Amino acid sequence: MSGLLVELHAKALAKNVPFSVQIDLTYRCNERCVHCYLDHNDHGEMTTDEIKRVLAEMADAGVFVMTFSGGEIFLRKDFFEILEYARYELHFCVKLKTNAIMIREQEAARLREIGVESIQISIYSHRPEVHDAITLVSGSLKRSIAAAKFLKSQGLRVIFANVLMVHNMRDYRDVRALAEELGIECTIDPTVTPMMDGDRSVLALGVGNQGLHEVFRDQNLVGNVDEFCAIPDPADEDSLFALPCSAGHTSCYVSPYGDVYPCVQFPLPTGNVRKQRFIDIWRDSDKMKEVRAIRLKDLTTCTSCSHVGSCSRCPGLAYMEGNMRGPSSQDCEKSFARTGVPSANMLAKKRNAANLVQIRTMPSPAGAPAGALA
Amino acid sequence: MSKLYVARNPRVAARSLDGEMMIMSGRDSTLFTLNKTATILWQAADGATSLDEIVKLRICSEFDVEPAEALQDAENLARELASREILEVSEEPIPHRNPAGASR
Repeated sequence: MSGLLVELHAKALAKNVPFSVQIDLTYRCNERCVHCYLDHNDHGEMTTDEIKRVLAEMADAGVFVMTFSGGEIFLRKDFFEILEYARYELHFCVKLKTNAIMIREQEAARLREIGVESIQISIYSHRPEVHDAITLVSGSLKRSIAAAKFLKSQGLRVIFANVLMVHNMRDYRDVRALAEELGIECTIDPTVTPMMDGDRSVLALGVGNQGLHEVFRDQNLVGNVDEFCAIPDPADEDSLFALPCSAGHTSCYVSPYGDVYPCVQFPLPTGNVRKQRFIDIWRDSDKMKEVRAIRLKDLTTCTSCSHVGSCSRCPGLAYMEGNMRGPSSQDCEKSFARTGVPSANMLAKKRNAANLVQIRTMPSPAGAPAGALA
Repeated sequence: MSKLYVARNPRVAARSLDGEMMIMSGRDSTLFTLNKTATILWQAADGATSLDEIVKLRICSEFDVEPAEALQDAENLARELASREILEVSEEPIPHRNPAGASR
């Protein structure tokens, strides 16, 4: 983040201004990614007029960065109408997240004309047999890559988002090489998110401790491995007053149905823009205020953890695990894979598990040695 | 001196944060903030009002400054913002391409 951006974020935080918002325009999708956390059925998306009204309210509230995501945003027939309104009338800095398979030359040219800051495209592998097996759509890699080329040819900023899972763990280096060849940025993320309804079965698709260990020791990804994987220094008093992340502080998320959450990965309902003005939810929602009040010192298990000052703990993942002030096990695993030091949460779970196992010596039948099963 | 007209470049992103205008360039996503004078100029740059009128109506009324000096400073500022593709500058009125007017 540039120095100016840090400064503006700090100012937004001090003034309680929502600097950035992600709106999912739809949960419908033309891919069926095996790890996706969404229900793709349409349960009553906001209409074009509703979205425009909400966008205007957000501009009035001071929102500067607007991310349109989904589902697949290009499935909305009014997508370009919404985008033009957001850019021409409300002057948002707009970022898009898409699988891009509906973007051809014409759409790329129109995006260039309207002006978007970046287009993030999900790419799981450089190999069609791997990527398409994740999206469950034959030919999807070919179409996404073609779209990326159309967008690049328009001079647009394109970013590949590569979620690491067991299926594609071996391919991230080649995805990065492909991105470099095309002049495209690339992000790698080993986080698989639980379903929004709380179903955690998709987490089994994650790369696991061994995979994380390997990724965190790739100097092309993390830079100085010794520094990145160093055992953390004890947290000082100041760091315990730090904010967990920007969710609810300078950013939030709105679902296609108008529900406002602190973040896309933090499905705590704080209000609905169909019933309330956005600014009233942002400023006055008790839930939003509760999220905003949490500091690292308030966390239940993490405060005593040696990783507290350096952990990537996601409060949303912690919430989905049952307690927004509790640990996020996925981030505990990352801290452990990085440093080899188990988190306070992992140690507590181990102790609890040990307490559940009670081994007692069975009374031995006469003549048999103690402990024999037969 | 011929009249100059200034218009906001519709390709930039812009928002006021506590009175300070944030601008993101549409060319290369560079982020800028405008000071108070530049913010006034940006907000008044509708393509139809000439720069000397903007200076007279919006800047001289706000700051204790000589009109000729203010106009020269405003012209320099407008040209600098134009070089960064934040404003468009022309000796003719600039057609309206941005229906919403000034940024919020």
